[in-house]
Amino acid sequence: MNRLRPPATRPPSRTLEHGFRWLCLLAALLPVAVLGVLLFDVVRTGIGRIDVQFLTSFPSRRPEHAGIIAGAVGSLWLVGLTAAIAVPIGVGAAIYLEEYARRGRLATLIEVNVSNLAGVPSIIYGLLGLELFVRALSLGRSLLAGALTLALLVLPIIILSTREALRTVPRGLREAGLALGATRWQVVRQVVLPLAIPGILTGSILAISRAIGEAAPLVVLGALSYVDFLPDGPMAPFSALPIQIFNWTSRPQAGFAVNAAAGIIVLMATLLVLNAAAIITRNRMQKRLGR
Amino acid sequence: MARPASMRRSRRVGEALIERSMLGCALLSVVTTAAILAILVRQTGEFFAEVPISAFLFDTQWTPLFADKHFGIWPLLAGTFLTSAIAIAVALPFGLLAAIYLGEFATPRIRGVLKPTLELLAGVPTIVYGYFALVTLTPVLQKFMPELSGFNALAPGIVMGVMIIPMITSLGEDAISAVPGSVREGAYALGAGKLATVFRVVLPTALSGIAAAVVLAVSRAVGETMIVAIAAGQQPRLTLNPQVPVETMTAYIVQVGMGDTPTGTLEYRTIFVVGATLFAITFAANLLSQRWARRFRER
Amino acid sequence: MQTTVDSDACLSPPYRTMEPAQMSNPGVAAKLSVQELSAWHGEKQVLVRVSLDLPEHEISAVIGPSGCGKSTLIRCLNRMHELVPGATHRGSIQLDGEDIYASGVDPVLIRRRVGMVFQKPNPFPTMSIRDNVLAGLRLTGMRPGDLDAVVESALQQAALWSEVKDRLREPGTSLSGGQQQRLCIARALAVEPEVLLLDEPCSALDPIATTRIEDLLGTLRERYTIVIVTHNMQQAARVSQQTAFLLQGELVEFTETDALFTKPKDKRTEDYVTGKFG
Ligand SMILES: Nc1ncnc2c1ncn2[C@@H]1O[C@H](COP(=O)(O)OP(=O)(O)O)[C@@H](O)[C@H]1O
Ligand SMILES: [Mg+2]
Repeated sequence: MNRLRPPATRPPSRTLEHGFRWLCLLAALLPVAVLGVLLFDVVRTGIGRIDVQFLTSFPSRRPEHAGIIAGAVGSLWLVGLTAAIAVPIGVGAAIYLEEYARRGRLATLIEVNVSNLAGVPSIIYGLLGLELFVRALSLGRSLLAGALTLALLVLPIIILSTREALRTVPRGLREAGLALGATRWQVVRQVVLPLAIPGILTGSILAISRAIGEAAPLVVLGALSYVDFLPDGPMAPFSALPIQIFNWTSRPQAGFAVNAAAGIIVLMATLLVLNAAAIITRNRMQKRLGR
Repeated sequence: MARPASMRRSRRVGEALIERSMLGCALLSVVTTAAILAILVRQTGEFFAEVPISAFLFDTQWTPLFADKHFGIWPLLAGTFLTSAIAIAVALPFGLLAAIYLGEFATPRIRGVLKPTLELLAGVPTIVYGYFALVTLTPVLQKFMPELSGFNALAPGIVMGVMIIPMITSLGEDAISAVPGSVREGAYALGAGKLATVFRVVLPTALSGIAAAVVLAVSRAVGETMIVAIAAGQQPRLTLNPQVPVETMTAYIVQVGMGDTPTGTLEYRTIFVVGATLFAITFAANLLSQRWARRFRER
Repeated sequence: MQTTVDSDACLSPPYRTMEPAQMSNPGVAAKLSVQELSAWHGEKQVLVRVSLDLPEHEISAVIGPSGCGKSTLIRCLNRMHELVPGATHRGSIQLDGEDIYASGVDPVLIRRRVGMVFQKPNPFPTMSIRDNVLAGLRLTGMRPGDLDAVVESALQQAALWSEVKDRLREPGTSLSGGQQQRLCIARALAVEPEVLLLDEPCSALDPIATTRIEDLLGTLRERYTIVIVTHNMQQAARVSQQTAFLLQGELVEFTETDALFTKPKDKRTEDYVTGKFG
């Protein structure tokens, strides 16, 4: 047979259609551009304020003396505690739903419940934390109360992303493990989890990023915006980076707006590093796992 | 090597324990929901023991922190409605057009870049958006609208709209992509152009999925807190004027939370009543959204 | 698009010696005339220099094993082929002597004159039976005066009127598979095309629904020129006047249906119609 090379395509051109196509593309690009401009403006405003003094000072009534050390250290504590609480529980719940639960009422109830919790506004978690952890469990306005609240807030995110990661592991591998005489847990630990770990880690890091940026539930819980000491343990009162930014943004003096911009730069840089770490970990582990 | 019989037994005990603890983790989410409901119901009950429901439903002022106390929820609802409506008015056209672009025009490569880029909008903390609304956008808007006050519904509404664009785009694109190719071909074979096919055939077929996306976005806007707490003001006002300070339900909870209101007082309970109202609205919206999403997936 | 063919590619291997004259049916006017049509999906060539004349007011069947390019061939006839990403073609097709691929020709206008019915019934899910019939008119912005008359006439022609005349407002998707396919035929007829292309229209239907559609094609022949793709040889024999046999993208034989089935000229056609492969 005499095969030929295909000719180059020339799609029919029609102005209205083309106009609409460009309009759609513009609609997709414009918001991103706006965000870019806004972030650029923040960086321009705040970058000059970031120095050793700003990074190591406590809050102050005078903008040029104020710093973010209390908020930053508070946020570190919060993130560490939140991750320590939420990741094991969330992964455990996901493993139960994916690997153990039989299709039935209980599994359906839990599933529906998790997806509904994911849609509850974060400030409602603040009310829950205020009544449950601060008052009923008498934890007071402590780091622990804040971390528990944030943990409940990000739990649905961790559960959903972990389930997705578990689902990428082929069914055949589980059956192969079971057929060798391994118990379900042995299969989960030695076959499923190693393969799902990159996805679980990525999901967890994204959930933790969400916790770092949250301000609303912490405000309701009674996080402080003026602290002149560093927390000495999980029961200490605390501030957090977003709380600090909130406080500076809300003040009328221009100097505080600059501080807020500088605080935002620190916050966004942290999130950027975390997300980059998530992507790198995932890629590296996927390579190691030969996928 | 241990004998198989004894090993099996001890393994099984461990297995059961592990399964139980995993189940416990999963049940924790149910407990969370139950705790939220219990707290909201209890505090709301105690609130209505002191304040008649009619005062909550029919009064047009909300002044629980003043000496002359009024408990009408409408000003907070109006503030929430106003900011959310502005947000949807911004997010719907942009989000939907972007979804059409991704679903109908974009090549796989462009999609692969554009989609995650749009998701960035949803990854920025809301406190940062709050700063944009108050410090950056409001002064710019004031140049065109001299009447606009420093706190207003317009700027936070617009910024919130930008934030929820990815939600509408992502779910809307799912709905558009779920329309079978055979339906599009049917239209083209009749001599319909791309525009007629998109607007008269594809979008109507994807309608329930798009509606689900919009309702979810509404729920998100209604529950959004920091942007409005920072930039919309703290003045409960029964108005639909986007230029003046208002207060949303969420902003009110923040306002009280920032002060040191003693437990057990009526003021303290108001945040739970407002929280319960907020929860009911967002919960209903989420349910509606799930139902519509299911409907389009089943077809 | 390019209508000239590279000169070296024109050198046909000896076994492809059938002259274009043999591929047409002298005496009857050609409604659609295909010349040297090649088509590709990406780099893969799916049609190899196919030439044939489709006579007006007759039913032409296209048969051949699955994957031989039948769908691609008829999708080229109303310029649906180019909608598939990466799809290209070369060669020319004339509708009433006019090249449908000439530059400046709007494919949308071609599709209004050459309608198409697909393998799987695809009524528009959001539209009622009535709106489905009118969809072609509405989507293309045509405004005929008497919509009811259009609906009735199209459904009558598709032999569906008596079954649905009392439920025109119900969704098109509420009908049975066979009824949905006739609705799709009515939808195609409502825009009053000159040619009707059908791509295995009965493959998703049961035998009774198939018979109804086959009967229907016989009556439609008076008004339209029809091309039907089928991999069912009995169906081709029952409904068509001409049959084209495609194999791996090449047109092996195109002649009167009786002749093709009873005294095929090509060994490969004979093997296929006697069931030696396929
Ligand atoms: N969208 C497509 N992308 C790539 N290849 C395709 C596509 N559609 C069809 N093909 C290829 O083109 C050839 C002919 O397909 P088609 O015309 O559908 O055959 P038929 O209708 O005779 O079964 C097949 O080999 C098929 O694999
Ligand atoms: Mg086919």
